[in-house]
Amino acid sequence: MKEFMYFAFKNTKFKIGLSILLFFLILATIGPYLSHYKDPLEYVSMSNLPPNKDNWLGTTTFGQDVFTQFVYGLRSTFFIGLFGGGLATIIGLLIGFIAGYKGGWIDEILMMLTNILIVIPTLALLIIIAAYLPYRGIGIQSVIIGLTAWPWTARAVRAQTLSLKSREFVNLAKITALPPLKIVLEEIAPNMMSYVVMVFILQFAGAILAAVGLDFIGLGPTRGISLGLMLQYSVLWNAIQLGIWWWFIPPGLAITMIVSSLYFLNIGLDEIFNPRLREE
Amino acid sequence: MLRYLIKKLYIYILTFFFAVTIDWLIPRFMPGDPILVLVSRFSGLPESAKVMYGYLIKAFGLDLPLWKQYLNFWMAIFKGDLGISIYLYPKPVLSVIAQAIPYTLVVLLPSILLSWIVGNYIGAAAARHRSLDSSMLPVFYIITSIPYMWLGILLAWAFGVLLGIFPIAGAYSFSMRPNWSWQFVADFLKHWILPFLSLFIVQIGGWAIGMRNLIIYELEANYSRYLEALGASEGLIRRYAFKNAILPQITGLALQLGTIVAGSIATEVVFAYPGMGYILLQGILNQDYFLVQGVFLFIIIGVLLANFLVDILYMIVDPRIRLGLGGENV
Repeated sequence: MKEFMYFAFKNTKFKIGLSILLFFLILATIGPYLSHYKDPLEYVSMSNLPPNKDNWLGTTTFGQDVFTQFVYGLRSTFFIGLFGGGLATIIGLLIGFIAGYKGGWIDEILMMLTNILIVIPTLALLIIIAAYLPYRGIGIQSVIIGLTAWPWTARAVRAQTLSLKSREFVNLAKITALPPLKIVLEEIAPNMMSYVVMVFILQFAGAILAAVGLDFIGLGPTRGISLGLMLQYSVLWNAIQLGIWWWFIPPGLAITMIVSSLYFLNIGLDEIFNPRLREE
Repeated sequence: MLRYLIKKLYIYILTFFFAVTIDWLIPRFMPGDPILVLVSRFSGLPESAKVMYGYLIKAFGLDLPLWKQYLNFWMAIFKGDLGISIYLYPKPVLSVIAQAIPYTLVVLLPSILLSWIVGNYIGAAAARHRSLDSSMLPVFYIITSIPYMWLGILLAWAFGVLLGIFPIAGAYSFSMRPNWSWQFVADFLKHWILPFLSLFIVQIGGWAIGMRNLIIYELEANYSRYLEALGASEGLIRRYAFKNAILPQITGLALQLGTIVAGSIATEVVFAYPGMGYILLQGILNQDYFLVQGVFLFIIIGVLLANFLVDILYMIVDPRIRLGLGGENV
C-alpha cells in the first residue's frame, strides 16, 4: 500500500485524473447547499438569463436555475456510474470467474450468452427495456445499464482466470483440497485486484455515457434531473438556435471531463500496477 | 475457413433469435400494461378508448395463447409485417423505416470507415514519435470521452448559429424535393457535413488509442526485436507491426458498432436528421411501440450484417484463417 501510494503520487496522469474527479465529486456533494434554490425544477427567475450574480450559470427557457440543475445532475451521474458500473463489474466478474474456472459446458453456455450480448447493441437493449417502463428513476436506469454492460468484462475476466488457474500456486491449493470457492476468492481474486479496479473504472465511465445517451433520446428518469436530461431539454427547446449556450455547455463539459478523468485515472493506475509501463 | 464462417453464422443466427425473442417478450412481460398507457391519451373520450383498446389487443394478438402469439410474431417478421405506426398513422412501420434507413447509412458508413482509417493512421504515427505521443494521447482520450450528442450540439451552435455557415436541421431545405440536380446535392451535402463531422471526430479518438497501444506492444514483441538484431530497417519492422496490429482493430470495428449506432441515434436527434435515430425519438416520445420495436429489430439486423461483413474482411486479411491454420478467434 505504501509502495502504491509512492508511485501513485509520482504519476501525473493519476494525479490529474484524481483531482478532476474529486473536484466534480465535491461539487456534487456540496453544490446543492451552495445554490440559492432548493428544487432544480422550480421556476425561480426570468427565462433565458445569461449567467449572473443570482443564477451562476444562468436560467433555462422556463426560468429554472441552471447551476442547481447542474449540481443535482452531477449527483445522478455519479450515482449511475457507481451503481450501474458497479453492477456491470460484479456480474461480469462472476460470469467470467465461473466460466474460466469451471470450464466445460458451463463455460460454453456462459460464453455463448456473452457473445450474443456483445453483438446486440447495448443501447438497443436499453431502449426496448426502458421504453416499456412507465416510471423510471435513476435507480432503475442504473440496474438496466448494469444488466446490459457486463459482457466484455466477463470475457476479459475469463481470459485472466484461464491464465491464472494453471499457475503453480493454484495447483498447490487444489492439492491441499481447498474448496473451489475458496480458491477463487483467496488465490485467484487477489491476483486480479488491480485488474478489477481498472475494469470498474471503465464500467463507471461507460455507465455514465450510456445514461447520457438514454436520457437524450427521451428515456431518462421520468422524475428528477440529470445531465443528459439537461442536454435533451436544451435541444428540444431550441437552445442551440437561440444561442443559450449556458444551458448546454456545462452538462456536456462536465460529462466529458469526468469521463476523461476516469480514463486518465485508468492509464495512471495501469502504470502504477504494472512496473514495466512506468515512465523512466 | 468454411468452419470459421459457419461457427460465426451459427452465433449470429442465435443472436437474431435471442433479439427477436426479447423484442417479443418485453412488451408482454413488463410491469404495467403498455396498451393501457397507449390508450390513456384518449381518457377524455371513453368510447374511442374502448375501441382503441380492443384494436390494440387484436393488433398485438394478445387474446391468443402465448405460444401462438410467439409463432405469429415470427411469421409476421418473415412477411415483413411490423405493424402500423401510431405516430404516422396509417403508414406501415416497415415503410417508415425504409424511408429513414438511407439517411442513417449515408452519415454512418462514411464516418465509420473514414474515422477508422484516419484514426489508425494517426495512432500509428503517434506510436512512432515519442514527443507526438505524449501530447496527442491525452487529446485522444478527451475526444473519445465526449458524448456524441454534445459534440453535435457544439458544432451546430458554432457553425450553424454563431458563424451561420451550415444549416442545423433536416437533411435538405424545406423548399426542395429530393432529385439528382447539382443544386439539391449541394444542399444535401451542406446538411450532411455537421452530423458526419460529429460522428467522425468522436470515433477517431478510440481508434487512435487502440492503434497506438497495439503498435507499441508489437514493437516490443520478440519478432520485432529479432528483426532489429538482424539489422532490418525501422520502416520494415514498423510495417510488420502495423500488419499485426490491424487485426485486433478489425475485430474492434465489429465490437464498436453498437456504440457507434447509439452515437448516430443521438446525433440525428440533435440535427433533426430524418434517419432511424430521429424516427426512434418520435416513436419514444409518442409511445409508438410498433415503431420502437421495428427500429430495434432493424438495428439488430444491421449490426449483425455489419458483423458478418467484418468477419469476412477479417478472413481475407488474416492468412491464418484464410489458410485454415487456426487464428486467435476461431
